[in-house]
Amino acid sequence: MSLVLTLAKRQFRSYFNGPTAYIVLGLVLFVLGFLFWETFFLYDRASVREMFNYLRAILVVATPALTMNLIAEEKRTGTIELLLTMPVTDVQVLAGKFLGVLGLFGVLVLLTLPYPIAVSTLGPLDWGPVFSGYLGLFLQGAAMLAIGLMASTVSENQIVAFFVALVLTAFFATIGMLVPLLPASLGHVFEYMSFGYHFEGLARGVVDLRAVVYFTSLTTIAGLLSLYVLESRRFR
Amino acid sequence: MDGLMTEAMIRADSLSKRYGAVEALKEASFVVNRGEIVGFLGPNGAGKTTTMKILTGYISPTSGRAEVAGHDVETDSVEARRAIGYLPEHTPLYTEMLVSEYLEYVAEMRGYKGAEAKKRIKKVVEETDLGAKLGAEIRALSKGYRQRVGLAQALVHEPPILILDEPLSGLDPNQAAGVRDLIRALGRERTVILSTHNLAEVQVTCQRVLIIAGGRLVADDTPEGLTASRGRPRLLVTMKREPSFDASAFEARLRALSAVENVRAIGLDDPGEIAFELTSASGADARAEVFHAAVESRGVLLGLERRGGDLEDVFRSLTTEASKERAS
Repeated sequence: MSLVLTLAKRQFRSYFNGPTAYIVLGLVLFVLGFLFWETFFLYDRASVREMFNYLRAILVVATPALTMNLIAEEKRTGTIELLLTMPVTDVQVLAGKFLGVLGLFGVLVLLTLPYPIAVSTLGPLDWGPVFSGYLGLFLQGAAMLAIGLMASTVSENQIVAFFVALVLTAFFATIGMLVPLLPASLGHVFEYMSFGYHFEGLARGVVDLRAVVYFTSLTTIAGLLSLYVLESRRFR
Repeated sequence: MDGLMTEAMIRADSLSKRYGAVEALKEASFVVNRGEIVGFLGPNGAGKTTTMKILTGYISPTSGRAEVAGHDVETDSVEARRAIGYLPEHTPLYTEMLVSEYLEYVAEMRGYKGAEAKKRIKKVVEETDLGAKLGAEIRALSKGYRQRVGLAQALVHEPPILILDEPLSGLDPNQAAGVRDLIRALGRERTVILSTHNLAEVQVTCQRVLIIAGGRLVADDTPEGLTASRGRPRLLVTMKREPSFDASAFEARLRALSAVENVRAIGLDDPGEIAFELTSASGADARAEVFHAAVESRGVLLGLERRGGDLEDVFRSLTTEASKERAS
């Protein structure tokens, strides 16, 4: 476990050694602030539901930017070889990478806390849905990051990793919109696969176990696929 | 003591590796004993790096098995890796980190914390002479210093085995000399296997040479043993240049000698002397015949020197044999 934390720490720090953390976090907060406050007074409601929706949309682009370098960059520079010949297992390496980027995502989430706090000073904010919304945001973020990790193990090109992750996360984020166009049976399947369907309940303040299972399953599946791809180097 | 010296630290048993249709390594078997510095020699793409990647547990062999410090690299991979310090080709490092930060990270990955980690780092920094560069970003270092950082990371856990993939390529002669001395010093108490295609390197650094070509191990011997058994001994004949001495007639006379196979005139533009390099058939000693030939040509014999074949000859002949075999 301590090896996983060592890896996570290095990954987390590496974001701050370069411009990545500052650019991505700065841009996300700037765009979010702009979108949220511009419409906030039009709605004239003491709620942060819109903030979650904007943020989840922005994350479709932002999480691939955070994950694209995870493994791809190590493959390109060859550091992956030193990493994977340390006395660690491939699972520990992936877990460390994932925790490292999840930590940075956690920082991003914390940096949005001033919004609900500000809103609560303007009107009677119901904190229940805010907490469950943050839980949902964190779960969905973890799933998106795991998908990004998988995309980053597939290629040694960060740009490829970015677009693969973008397409996959955009798929889960937008598939719900197709539901009205589809026959009911297929529609249900698509609806169940979408981020939005599971997030809805959490945003209303309902902590539905099915939503938790959905996001954690997606995270686990993406993690296992990453492991499979990473281990395949041995036998190619 | 004798038993300790011959303890096998690396044992490869008919290792084969296939990448798709390409057979990168074919049934390679060898043993490296404790305290040996072994040079792994071969043209590019011969299978050196593949072998090292298998030994360090980065990839799996298609067939065959390997043991490092008594641990199977496949079934007991993490334990095997603890015994190895590895420097991959091109010295991949996290260039955005400071040297000190990077070594701290490596120490932590090797399971050292606090005072123990500090002690280990201090020791490798001394060994690799990195003291002045601890606060530098790795990306700002020269290639020679990067190589030192690469070696330092391989030494933090004091491994009994060092596996170095082309540790001297890309260094200028001064840097190479420094790193070479370092490797030799490290090899006094460790088992070292290093790959290179620099033959001079092997002769000065290694006690034993494994030559690999086309994925096959084609030789396993000491550098001296290889040149003695495979290299063609040559004779260097130096004659004084004078008006009375007919060089071309002398050359023809040498060619006619029964013990001589081939003659090559060298140093033709030297005004004072002229030299001939003779290769003798099946190692026969042609010195007496050459002396008589010189006397008969009324020439002054300035030098008569017997030279062993060099490793380069051996390398060329072994590796081209292998590629011919592959073509047929």
